[in-house]
Amino acid sequence: MTNREIILGRIREALKVVAPPPIFRNGAAGPSRLPAVPSLWLPPAGVTLGEQIELFRRNAEELTAGFFECANLSEAIQRVKELAVAGGWKKIGRHSGELTDALAQELGLPEVRTDGGYAVDDLESCDAGLTECEALVAQTGSVLVSAPSAGGRALSVLPPHHVVLARGSQMVPDLTAALQRVQKKFQDKFPSFLSFISGPSRTGDIERILVLGAHGPKKLTILLLP
Amino acid sequence: MNAGAKEFNEAARRNTADLRQHDRIQKALAGYYLKREDYQNRFPDWAGARDLAAEIKREAINHLDRYLDEFASRLEARGTKVFWAPDGQAARDYIVGVARQHKVRSIIKSKSMTAEEIHLNDALEQAGFEVVESDLGEYIVQLRREPPYHIVFPAMHLTRQQISDLFHDRLGSEPTNNPEDLTMIARRIMRRKYCEADLGISGANFAIAETGMISITENEGNARLTTSLPKIHVALVGIEKVLPKLSDLALFLPMLATAGAGQPITCYNTLYGGPRQPGESDGPEEFHVVLLDNRRTELLADAEQRDALHCIRCGACLNVCPVFKNIGGHSYGTTYQGPIGSVITPHLRGLQDWKHLSQASSLCGACSQTCPVKIDLHHHLLHNRRNAVRLRPAPMEKCLQAGLAFVMCRPRLYALAARLARIAQPLSRLVEGTVLDPLRAWTKTRSIPPMAVKSFHQLWQERKKS
Amino acid sequence: MRAPISARFTNKLNQSRRVKITLFIPCFVDQFYPQVGMSIVQVLERLGHSVDYPEAQTCCGQPAFNAGYWDEARAVAERQMTIFRDAEAVVIASGSCGAMVQVYYPELFRHHPREKEARTLAAKTFEFSDFLVSQLRVVDVGARFPGRATFHDGCHALRELGLKKPPRQLLQHVRGLELVEMPEAETCCGFGGTFAVKFPMISTAMGEVKCSSIADTGAEYVISNDSSCLMQIRGILDRQGRSTKTLHLAEVLAQT
Repeated sequence: MTNREIILGRIREALKVVAPPPIFRNGAAGPSRLPAVPSLWLPPAGVTLGEQIELFRRNAEELTAGFFECANLSEAIQRVKELAVAGGWKKIGRHSGELTDALAQELGLPEVRTDGGYAVDDLESCDAGLTECEALVAQTGSVLVSAPSAGGRALSVLPPHHVVLARGSQMVPDLTAALQRVQKKFQDKFPSFLSFISGPSRTGDIERILVLGAHGPKKLTILLLP
Repeated sequence: MNAGAKEFNEAARRNTADLRQHDRIQKALAGYYLKREDYQNRFPDWAGARDLAAEIKREAINHLDRYLDEFASRLEARGTKVFWAPDGQAARDYIVGVARQHKVRSIIKSKSMTAEEIHLNDALEQAGFEVVESDLGEYIVQLRREPPYHIVFPAMHLTRQQISDLFHDRLGSEPTNNPEDLTMIARRIMRRKYCEADLGISGANFAIAETGMISITENEGNARLTTSLPKIHVALVGIEKVLPKLSDLALFLPMLATAGAGQPITCYNTLYGGPRQPGESDGPEEFHVVLLDNRRTELLADAEQRDALHCIRCGACLNVCPVFKNIGGHSYGTTYQGPIGSVITPHLRGLQDWKHLSQASSLCGACSQTCPVKIDLHHHLLHNRRNAVRLRPAPMEKCLQAGLAFVMCRPRLYALAARLARIAQPLSRLVEGTVLDPLRAWTKTRSIPPMAVKSFHQLWQERKKS
Repeated sequence: MRAPISARFTNKLNQSRRVKITLFIPCFVDQFYPQVGMSIVQVLERLGHSVDYPEAQTCCGQPAFNAGYWDEARAVAERQMTIFRDAEAVVIASGSCGAMVQVYYPELFRHHPREKEARTLAAKTFEFSDFLVSQLRVVDVGARFPGRATFHDGCHALRELGLKKPPRQLLQHVRGLELVEMPEAETCCGFGGTFAVKFPMISTAMGEVKCSSIADTGAEYVISNDSSCLMQIRGILDRQGRSTKTLHLAEVLAQT
C-alpha cells in the first residue's frame, strides 16, 4: 500500500461517520440564508474606475506604498527619475515588457535583466526592481504579480525598492475579480508563481512595533498609466 | 497526575506570578484589539463572513479525500513531487532524504508551525545540516533555543532589550534599543542566506484543490525569498489546509489577516503551483510538497470535533484567551498553544497525557466567539473532558462526583448535608488557609463567603407559613 | 432577543397582565446567596406576577457536567426536568445555570429518550434579566439605588445566552444609579467552576485582572448576573482589602 493509499484510506474511513450539524445559537444566521455574492460580506470596492482608483489610492497610502496616477508615459518616466535621484540608484533590475522597456531606456541606468536568467548577486546589489503586473486590486490596495508579468519571483522582492508600472485596464475592484481575471487568462496553464503584494515589507515581531523593510522591499511605488 | 500535567502546573504557577510578562503581553495585544475591531467593522457582515468561511471549510474537510487528491494531481501535472507522509517520522525522513540527495550545504526556512510540530529542524541538524529560520520572530527564538511563544507571534514575550542582548551575544552586533536597527541586523544576515541557500523549506497556509497551488501568507517577504532563490523548495503542508476553490481565498485572506493580525490584508499572499515553468526567469528547479497526516485523520474520525480541522492557524483564539494571557505560550509545553492547542493536542498526541490542557480553562467561550471559522472550541474542551473521564476517570474524583450526584438526587439528604456544612463552617474557619484546610486551593488566595443562616428553601418555607 | 415562550403566555400577559413564574434556584444561590432568590421574588411580585418554587429542586448538574461526568450530570438533570415539567415559564437565578439548562441540556440528552423534554425545558427557561426584557417586556422595574457601579458580564450569560444588553437596559432605569463600563467587562473573572480549585493560580491571576479593572472605574459597586462570579470577585477583593461591594443584578433591582 502506498502512503497515498494509506492516508486516503484513513480519511475515507474517518468520513464514514457524518459530522453533526453545526450549532447556531441565539438566532445566528445559518449559511443557507447567506447570499453567495462576495460583495455582500466583504469590505466594499468601488464601481466605476474612478472610484476604484480613489479607493486604491487611499489603501496604498494606508499601507505606506507610493501611488502616482500618471497622465502619460513621460510623466511616469519623470516620476521614476525623481525616485532614482532621491534613492541614489546606481543599478536597477527589470524584465522586458512594453512599459519597462520604455522606462528603462529613458532612465539610462546600468541594469540587470531577469529574462532568461541572471546571477543572484547581481540582482541582490540592485537598488530598485522595475516590474509590470497582472492587476491592481482596489479593495485592498494590492498589486497582483506573476512570474511572467514581473520578471520571475525575486525581482519584485529582492531589491530594496519595488516599482510597479500598471495600466488603468488592469484595475479590478476586489480580490474575487483579480482571481477570476488570472483564471480566465491562464486557464489551465498557470505560472508557478502569483503574489498579492500589499505595501512594502513589514514586521511587528519586536514588541509589536511596526518596522518597514523587514526582508522584502522597504519601498513600494505604483505608477498607474491610462 | 502525569508528568506533563505536573510540568504544566509548575510552568503556569511560575508564569502567572510574572506580572512583567503579563504586562508585556497585554501591551502587545492592546494594539491588535483596536485594529482588529476596526477592520472587522469594515466587513459589512462579519458574522456572515464567519458563517461562510465555516461552511467552506466544512465542505473541504468533509470531502477531504476528493480535494486532497485533486490538489496533489494538479501539482504533479506541473512537475511537483508530492510526498504523502502518514506521520512526522516519514515527513522528516523524506525531507532529510531530499537534502542528502542534493548534497545541500545550507538550508533556509520560512515560518511553519507544522515543521515545529514534527521537530523538523532537529532532524535536519542531527543529519548535519545547518537550518536558519528567516522569519524575524522565529530567528529570534531559534537563537534563544526555545520554541515559539505564540503560533503567529513567536517572540511576543521578549523586549527589545532582550533581543538586543541576544543579537549582541550570538551575532556580535552593536547593542541598540531601536526595533528598526534590530530588524536591519537580521535583514542583512538573511540576505546572504537567501542568496547562498540551496534548499528552501516553507509551510503553507492554504492548499487550493481547484488549481493545485499552495498559498503562503506573510508580512516580511522572507517566505517569498526562501522560495525564489534556492534550487529546491520543499513545502510541508498539513492535510487539513485544503480549500476547494481559488476564489475561496478572496474570503480567507482578508479574514486571516483581520483575525490573526488586526490587518486588512497581510503584505504578501503568494501562490505556488510548481517548480520553475518553461519561460520563467527564476524559481526552484525542484518543488516538493509533503502532505502531512500525523494523526489528523484521528481528529477527522472524531465527528463531534471534526470542525477543529477548520483551523486556519490565525491565532485569534490565543489573543483573546484569558488563560493564555496569564500563563503565556511556553506553559503549554506543546507546539500549538491556546484554545486550539488545548483542543487538538489530545488528538494529535494522546488524550491521557494531554487532557490537562482541556481542564485548564474556565470555559469562558471568548475563543469560540472570535474564531473566524466558527470552531466550537470551548465546547470541545468539554468534550475532551468527557472523553477523558470515559477513558479513565480519576478514582477520587469519580467517587466525589458520584457522591455529589447521589446527594443532589435526594432533597432531604441535600438539606442534611447543607445543615452539616453549616455546623462545620466555623471549624473550617480555624484551619482556613492552612494545610489542614480542605478548601485550601480556594482560601489560599481568596476569602470564602459564609453560608447563609437560612437557605432559600428555608426562607421560602417561612414565607409560606406567614 | 428571544422569541416569546408561547402564544398562550403572551396572551395571558396581555390580557390579565399576570403570569405564573416558576423559580429555579441554583444550589449555591440556595445555600450562599438566598437573598438573590428573594430579590427575584420581590421584583416579579412587584410587577404583579405570581411566583412558584418547587421545593424538591436541588441542582442543575453543572458541576458534574463541566468535569466530564456526564452520566452523573444526567442523573441530576433528569430529576430537575421532572420537577419543572409542568412549569410554563422558568426563571433561573444565574447565567451559568441558565446556560446549563438552555444550551447544555439538549446536548446532554441528545439521542436519549428524554431529549424532547430537555428541549422543551430549554425553550422555556430564562436567566432573570433575559426574562424581564424579552418575555415580560419591561426595562423599568421601579427600582432605586443611588451609587456608582460597574457591570461584570458573566461568560455564560454573555456568550452562551447572548445577554449583553438586557442587564444594562434594566440598570439604566434604576433611579440614581450611575453605571460605568470597565475595560475588562467581558473578560472572564476566572471562576469557571472546578477550574477555580483545580488551577487556583490561573484562576486567581484572572480574577486579579478583573478586580484591577473594577478598581480603575472608581465604582463603589460591582454588579453581575452570576453569583459564582461574584463569589470569585468578592473573594479577591477581600484579600486585596478593597471596599468595593459586590451585588447581584436582582438585589439592585429589588431596591426601591
